[in-house]
Amino acid sequence: MKKLEEILKGALIIGGGIAGIQAALDLANMGIHVDVVEKKPCIGGRMAQLDKTFPTNDCSICILAPKLSEFYRHPNITLYSYAEVQKIGGTANNFTVDVLKKARYVKEDECINCGLCVEKCPMRVEDEFDRELRKRRAIYLYYLQGVPAVMTIDKDKCLWFTKNACRICEKTCERNAIDFEQVDQKVKLENVGSIIVATGYNLIEDIEKEALFNYGYGKFRNVVSALEFERLECASGPQEGHIKRFSDEKTPKKIAFLQCIGSRSDRAEKYCSSICCMYTTKEAIIAHEHDDELQSYVFYIDMRAGGKGFQSFLRRGASEYNISYIKSKIAQITVDEQENPIIVYEDLENRQIKQLKVDMVVLATCIVPPQGIEKLADVLGIELNDFNFVKTQPFIPVETTKNGIFTCGCVHEPMDIPRSVAEASGAAAKAAEVIKRG
Amino acid sequence: MPKDKIDEDVRVGVFICHCGSNIGGVIDCKKLAEYAETLPNVTHSEDNMYTCSETGLTAIRTAIEERALNRVVVASCTPRTHEKLFRECVSEVGLNPYLFNFVNIRDQCTWVHMKEAEKAYSKAMDLVKMGVAKAIKLEPLGMINLKINPVGLVIGGGVTGLSAALNLSQQGFKTFLVEKEDRLGGRLNSLYKLFPHDIEASEFINALIINVKNSPNLEILTSTKVKNIEGFVGNYEIEVDQDGKTHILEVGAIIVAVGSSLLDPKGLFGYDGHKVITQYELEPILKNKNLNAKDIVMIQCAGSRNEERVYCSSICCMTALKNAKTIKEQNPNANITILFRDIYSPGTEYEAYYRNVRELGVLFVKYDELKLPNIEKKHVRVFNEFIGSEMLIPYDLVVLSTPLVANEDNKELAQMLKVPTEANNFFLEAHVKLRPSDFATDGVYLGGSAKWPVDISEAITQGYSAASRASTILSHSSIEVEGATSYLPEFNKSLCSGCEVCIKVCPYQAIIKDENDEIKIIEALCKGCGVCGATCTKKAIVIRHFTNEQILSEIYAFGGR
Repeated sequence: MKKLEEILKGALIIGGGIAGIQAALDLANMGIHVDVVEKKPCIGGRMAQLDKTFPTNDCSICILAPKLSEFYRHPNITLYSYAEVQKIGGTANNFTVDVLKKARYVKEDECINCGLCVEKCPMRVEDEFDRELRKRRAIYLYYLQGVPAVMTIDKDKCLWFTKNACRICEKTCERNAIDFEQVDQKVKLENVGSIIVATGYNLIEDIEKEALFNYGYGKFRNVVSALEFERLECASGPQEGHIKRFSDEKTPKKIAFLQCIGSRSDRAEKYCSSICCMYTTKEAIIAHEHDDELQSYVFYIDMRAGGKGFQSFLRRGASEYNISYIKSKIAQITVDEQENPIIVYEDLENRQIKQLKVDMVVLATCIVPPQGIEKLADVLGIELNDFNFVKTQPFIPVETTKNGIFTCGCVHEPMDIPRSVAEASGAAAKAAEVIKRG
Repeated sequence: MPKDKIDEDVRVGVFICHCGSNIGGVIDCKKLAEYAETLPNVTHSEDNMYTCSETGLTAIRTAIEERALNRVVVASCTPRTHEKLFRECVSEVGLNPYLFNFVNIRDQCTWVHMKEAEKAYSKAMDLVKMGVAKAIKLEPLGMINLKINPVGLVIGGGVTGLSAALNLSQQGFKTFLVEKEDRLGGRLNSLYKLFPHDIEASEFINALIINVKNSPNLEILTSTKVKNIEGFVGNYEIEVDQDGKTHILEVGAIIVAVGSSLLDPKGLFGYDGHKVITQYELEPILKNKNLNAKDIVMIQCAGSRNEERVYCSSICCMTALKNAKTIKEQNPNANITILFRDIYSPGTEYEAYYRNVRELGVLFVKYDELKLPNIEKKHVRVFNEFIGSEMLIPYDLVVLSTPLVANEDNKELAQMLKVPTEANNFFLEAHVKLRPSDFATDGVYLGGSAKWPVDISEAITQGYSAASRASTILSHSSIEVEGATSYLPEFNKSLCSGCEVCIKVCPYQAIIKDENDEIKIIEALCKGCGVCGATCTKKAIVIRHFTNEQILSEIYAFGGR
């Protein structure tokens, strides 16, 4: 086997979610140097936003955090967080990559994440990580367990950058870690043998809120999306794990979970988002664990539960956690005077039009390609498919249309965590082939 | 224990984790940290929101350096997921990883006693007290260094195994591919077309087999069965039987890609092999283009998603759609009805395929688990959930979509590999979420339908995935493994009576009698489970990291001497 110093080429991974992390760890553990570029201030991706994971109900961050640390401390991995790939040149086994590392205005080596600056920052802005369900400050740690555990100044919101005032954080910081003079840095990566694209996904409400207006999203306060609900269930989320309605802070006793919102639809996306049947059941089970009086209703077209232990999970949901599964078509959602959502639906088991009044509605919204995918595809010279995800072939999986560039996870097809992790290792195996063959 | 009796050289640091609200939401972690500070030899104590976060780990490293700690206790979740992390954390600043001790106050306190906060707190106090007492007695241990033989073995020559073997060899590793049948290809040899692009299975699999045969460093053994597996990560000796001839293969890592079997359809929906057949029996008929039926009824979940076999086999809906489409292509006048419970066509292309088949005029009728279709002489009688009444559908042919089931000999292979299987007898991975291609045993990996029914595309990916995981071992000339093992100290050898009970109880076959008729523990195989030590009537075997002295110190801390 070639020793580390004999392998001249490294790999580049774009995206630091669970897929990118796993691909990086595998390659690094093969003795290959890996550069990872993550757009957000911290790695962790969507998995970091989840409360629990199906079908074992493992706490998501609890099983992710050890991976984040292993990744961050790995001698063969270099992380460029808060950064973007701008340009690539060359061909397989000899790419060059231009990376733009955005200024955080905080010295990464000096910041110890003590939080003093955050306490003093006067600006309150919407917290993207918490799906804008609470406020953060203009200087912030992306999320509590975020890696790297350093602060970032939100240039668009910071008073110094917007109004030439304040700089309180600078005065507060005992380690002189604030640096308003910092500028964006260009980094040139050379000797990149292969590239893995793992930039994950967005949700339809991120790009097309109007598509959900029919379902009361953005119109009624007690209608939330599934990822918002995930944050509400989470102990470190905006309601610290005590689920309350936004209209009156009451604990919901009846929740309706609506499937295929924006997916399997002629009006929005035609495809199936693959993961919603399972995470909905998980969310309903966890909500019931918070409050055992809860009754959940899942409105669905087909329950899609093909993975290991998934059918048993659904059966447990129905028998032990008060979940009723209703095969149905949703016609309309309205609210009464107390802002209780009323669902009008066609029950497909007997073709009757029915109504159900609940306390809260959770929408299983469609997975869509990540923002900026067209630009990234353009930069990399790879093709997208009919659905605007990265194009792959079923029997040549994890390979894009360009030699030496591979892909894994939701950026090419909606999928759950185990499949993303398996694909990540698969992409790493193929990337290693290119590098080791030389 | 009174403070004046303490060993002055031992300096223990205690870190109490809130784990968000998992622990902090039930008990007062700050108070627990203050309590820990009063325990013998504790010179530093703090509470953290998430001790496992980079912030928490930095706090541990800083405290070790600034407070000259030489023992660390973390009271948090579970060693199952986090012990490795904390061990690595303390060793980064020069502390031997075995001077770290884990106290589980989440699973054992705030989870099981979630609704009795006071009792949870008092139990957490006890556990922390015991953990500190043990930490004081901990001794530094070395990891065991193992040489790695950079050779891979893939068991199973279906699409998963072929993909895995091809990748390993392309990565430059000498690889053996063992297949029990006389030809490579597995299940794909019996299929006609493959969804979602309807290419012919034979074209695809033959091309793959040619690639495998032309790949360097790849040795293929067909008609070969695995007979015996000895050894451990990096150093396996596999005895195989090829048509009566025995070979010994020396390898460093093993990939299990043995695929799955077909369910015996006897007794299902009047199965007779003529008018009622399975999708797998339909495939060769379609391939030979001699389907002699106009009215065809397909029944999904035949033998699955029921009390006996709860799981969804995940590929049968797509298989039925594909075969329905093929029939329509061969005979546009055919009437096809698919009786289903839920159509499983997840993702982008599969859902589009489903839509396409609907547009071809295939009829879909939903039935309920409790009202199964009945095959009568000329009709299939089914309660149509959509219209809420019974339907009679005429048929020439009924096709059952039966599930893939685990191979009967999985148990045998699992025993040889010392890896687990799950309730349905499929192989069980190390962690269903984050370690989908690993077994808990180092050096053994898995993929494809040996683990769970998957389609071709996922089988290929999982083959690559298993190869990647194997490569993380094979790429090194040596690795380090767990040092907390059992051993028979030189000065205890005279105690051993040679009764051999330890040999019998060891679940890892790590204990043997050597050429001098003396008990020998192969430490690379030992997982430190402690069964031998507990069984040894002469107290001759010592379990590192769980010595009698260490365990008694915990018991005394709890209950007094």
